[in-house]
Amino acid sequence: MNAPSTYALELKDLRKSFGKTEIIRGVNLAVTAGERVGIIGPNGAGKSTLFNLISGRFAPTSGQVLLNGQRIDGKKPFEINRAGLSRSFQITNIFPKLSVFENLRCGVLWSLGYKYTFLKFLADLDDANERAEQLMEMIKLDRKRDTLAMNLTYAEQRALEIGITIAGGANVILLDEPTAGMSKSETSRFISLIKEVTVGKTLLTVEHDMGVVFGLADRIAVVVYGEVLAFDTPAAVRANQRVQEAYLGSHVADAQGAAH
Amino acid sequence: MEFFIISMLNGLSYGLLLFMLSSGLTLIFSMMGVLNFAHASFYMLGAYVGYTVAQFVGFWPALLIAPIVVGLLGAAFERQCLRKVHKYGHVPELLVTFGLSYVIVELVQLVWGRIAVEFRPPEELRGPVFTLINNSVEGLRMVWGAAPPELCSAADAAIRVVCSPFPATRGFMMLVAVVMLASVWLLLTRTRIGLVIQAALTHPEAVESLGHNVPRVFMLVFGAGSALAGLAGVIGGSTFLTEPAMAATVGSVIFVVVVVGGMGSLSGAFVASILIGVIQTFAVAFEYSLATLAQQIGLPLSDAVANNSYVKLTLSQVAPILPYLFLVLILIFRPRGLLGKREG
Amino acid sequence: MTSKHYEFKPLNVGRWLTWGLFALLLIVAPRIFTSGLAMTVLSQMGIAIIACLSYNILLGQGGMLSFGHAVYTGLGSFLAIHALNSVTAGSLPLPVSLIPIVGGLAGVGFAVLFGYVTTRKSGTTFAMITLGLGELVFALSLMIPEFFGGEGGVSGDRMAGKPFMGITYGPQVQVYYLIAVYTFISVGLMFAFTRTPLGRMLNAVRDNPERVEFVGYDTQRVRYMAFIIAGFFAGISGGLGALNFEIVTAEVVGAARSGAYLLFTFLGGATFFFGPIIGGILMVLAFVLLSEFTKAWLLYLGLIFLFMVMYAPGGIASLIMMNLRVAAFGRLRELWVSYLALAGTALVMLVGAAAMIEMVYHLQLNTTLGSELRFLGVPLDAKGINSWFGAGMVMLTGLGLFELTRRAFLREWGEIQEYIEKEIKRREAL
Repeated sequence: MNAPSTYALELKDLRKSFGKTEIIRGVNLAVTAGERVGIIGPNGAGKSTLFNLISGRFAPTSGQVLLNGQRIDGKKPFEINRAGLSRSFQITNIFPKLSVFENLRCGVLWSLGYKYTFLKFLADLDDANERAEQLMEMIKLDRKRDTLAMNLTYAEQRALEIGITIAGGANVILLDEPTAGMSKSETSRFISLIKEVTVGKTLLTVEHDMGVVFGLADRIAVVVYGEVLAFDTPAAVRANQRVQEAYLGSHVADAQGAAH
Repeated sequence: MEFFIISMLNGLSYGLLLFMLSSGLTLIFSMMGVLNFAHASFYMLGAYVGYTVAQFVGFWPALLIAPIVVGLLGAAFERQCLRKVHKYGHVPELLVTFGLSYVIVELVQLVWGRIAVEFRPPEELRGPVFTLINNSVEGLRMVWGAAPPELCSAADAAIRVVCSPFPATRGFMMLVAVVMLASVWLLLTRTRIGLVIQAALTHPEAVESLGHNVPRVFMLVFGAGSALAGLAGVIGGSTFLTEPAMAATVGSVIFVVVVVGGMGSLSGAFVASILIGVIQTFAVAFEYSLATLAQQIGLPLSDAVANNSYVKLTLSQVAPILPYLFLVLILIFRPRGLLGKREG
Repeated sequence: MTSKHYEFKPLNVGRWLTWGLFALLLIVAPRIFTSGLAMTVLSQMGIAIIACLSYNILLGQGGMLSFGHAVYTGLGSFLAIHALNSVTAGSLPLPVSLIPIVGGLAGVGFAVLFGYVTTRKSGTTFAMITLGLGELVFALSLMIPEFFGGEGGVSGDRMAGKPFMGITYGPQVQVYYLIAVYTFISVGLMFAFTRTPLGRMLNAVRDNPERVEFVGYDTQRVRYMAFIIAGFFAGISGGLGALNFEIVTAEVVGAARSGAYLLFTFLGGATFFFGPIIGGILMVLAFVLLSEFTKAWLLYLGLIFLFMVMYAPGGIASLIMMNLRVAAFGRLRELWVSYLALAGTALVMLVGAAAMIEMVYHLQLNTTLGSELRFLGVPLDAKGINSWFGAGMVMLTGLGLFELTRRAFLREWGEIQEYIEKEIKRREAL
């Protein structure tokens, strides 16, 4: 595979300790632009912590995170977001007392350059309003335009979460267990939605559902005990001896059956 | 010299009183996430209830009865009011305790009036614990109890004698504070209920799923915290003044203590209490101002500058704002407090 | 009971109508209530409305609970009155009508200064910082007599400078109209603020500060800017107060006043824009009128506040809106009886409790006049067991009946809410 001059997202020897416990123990990862990466691993392996490190919720103890060649480790979340990285959360993180439309509009305001202005009316911001309408249609919530986010169903809230995540036009998207808590049918519909709305973007998804991951990802990173055990195509990962021993086990049979 | 010792002890006793109060506040905050605005009101209630009970059965029984009464009231409040707003979040919880503080102040004024009441300490505590006698010829001496008048005045005008008594009430305050804190520490670390409380401090859901009645634990802790505040009130009220404003004066200081020490940190609250207690006590006694300082170091000041009201401000006049100045400085230079770990 | 929030979306016609009515009301009020007392009350209401609305920028819109808002209104007052005195002395050629702007700028200045430290934290810690700062400023006020005027405060004369089109601000009615103009403009501006990007992001910060960072906004910066804007309007309110009373004392920065802003804004309703307007009106009514009726008014206030926090955290505004929603679905008529029953039983309970409270006050204060007093025309003996027993019984009976009616009401209310939910779902599916 050709190594591009700058990766969309690169992790260099990333380490994170909480007190004396080292959770992330030297992670190296290089993701090319437009790639879809699935991150799998047993519970407690540090997948969410990895996301938190990349998105700026925590600062790494050592190591580097590079976004399009620029270092973003240690920066504040909003600085990282402005540099072009956006994320969703495992526990739905929306604006409960705002309507669906308002939620999405909040997501686009900064990227359209409106910053902290209080001298313009929201109703007059045509580009923001249009983009919010577009997003609503993309995530298929246009019929719930004025419903307050806290009154949506769980699946609708997850869709809104994705909507807010992609609203700002970030090119690197991190999705933390997007299908958590969904039924089989909801999951497959949701994955189609994700594929639609993240066309051309670099995607990193943490997932537990093997079927989802093997079907969605170009490459899969297997994280066990804070280290990346393997980072390769789904087929190669499935066949990887170490991965099978450490993690996949019976999942291999399920995945082979469910992958399409 | 004796001034320093006595002031230090006074400062320590005041600091320990502050810690008695702020420890209860910190415990309730750590466990329930609620900053109990009414904590200082329970302190005041303890003083007033203690005063009334003492009028009937004397000080010593009041020392036991008043905290129990206040504790029961606190537990009742937790069960009836606080629990109801728990689901709305932390801001409504704070607001409900804020409302309670209003109500308690008004009820106290309703029942006991708006002027201070004479809550005097019992006979046993009226004198000094010990007296330091500084005789310019014989040096520093200490006598237990009050010093007889002959030792305090010198027949010869050339000899200066200063007698500095250390009040028994203050000494008693320190004693009760230390005993109370030691027993609370023992309770938390050595008994079963203490372990449950410690666990519920950080993982209430886990503790509940283990079968413990966490709401009841909360009620217990809130009631106990209130009872401790009430106990502090009996002592504080008999040592200082018992008046409706006492809740407000000490209330804001203990909030400062809690923030300066670091929200949720008991050791931080301890350090901050002692620090603030000692500094305030010393400051009140100092009549020094910038002007006198300039004088001391021999810096000449023009008349206009020397008469400037800022320059003339003495430390004792500035003393009331010192805790708040502390607060602002800590927030600028070390926002998580002296020993804080958690975010507020 | 989950709290639900609604966006009240009038058509443009409705919007013009509402603002037009508001302006009309402001203009016409002194014609309807003509007494001197009424003029004072109306003037104070305008001042209070601006103050409470500015407070709600922090509380209701930003989720920031401040215990020290009086610092900004109060310092605005002080700077305004000093400016007024400079106008009188001839050293400041500023029309008196613009003095409140001085207050506003003072509010901004202090908000920029204090807000930097204050808005670094959120939630409970923020509340404690505002409390501490409030105490700091209040304590300072006793130490710097040149600025704060010591015990007597600072006085001024609003009939300063040259009259503007014959307006000298001598008569109260002229001051009222000045206040009315500022009130209308301030309310309008603050309402407009809620419709701007910063205003909306402030709401987002209230709802989910973490998420806000992940859409590119610096949460702290949003809070800081909102704090400054709130400080501006707080200062305007303070400046108007300085003109109205012509004297400013240290209590304007005190904890009691900050507490009053909190209490009444919350009572009026922090979750709707117009809630603090109700709060401001109630605040003046309570301080000026209720305090005349009974000495226990602060106690009643505290109890009402407690009940509001527990049972109606959205305040009076939310109660109005909920009932409007019920009316919109055509079910309000059924609740009339329940509401009457609730009001009636509550009144009985109140009468009993008030009788007891008045007797206690009487015992405490008027001991020289003997133990008899009249309460609502009924002779009571504060030392007599009969009076106490009677009052107690009345209160307990009221309490019992109230509980019964309350439960019946809740059942009815719950059923209506369910109906409304179903209707909404049904209409969505069309």
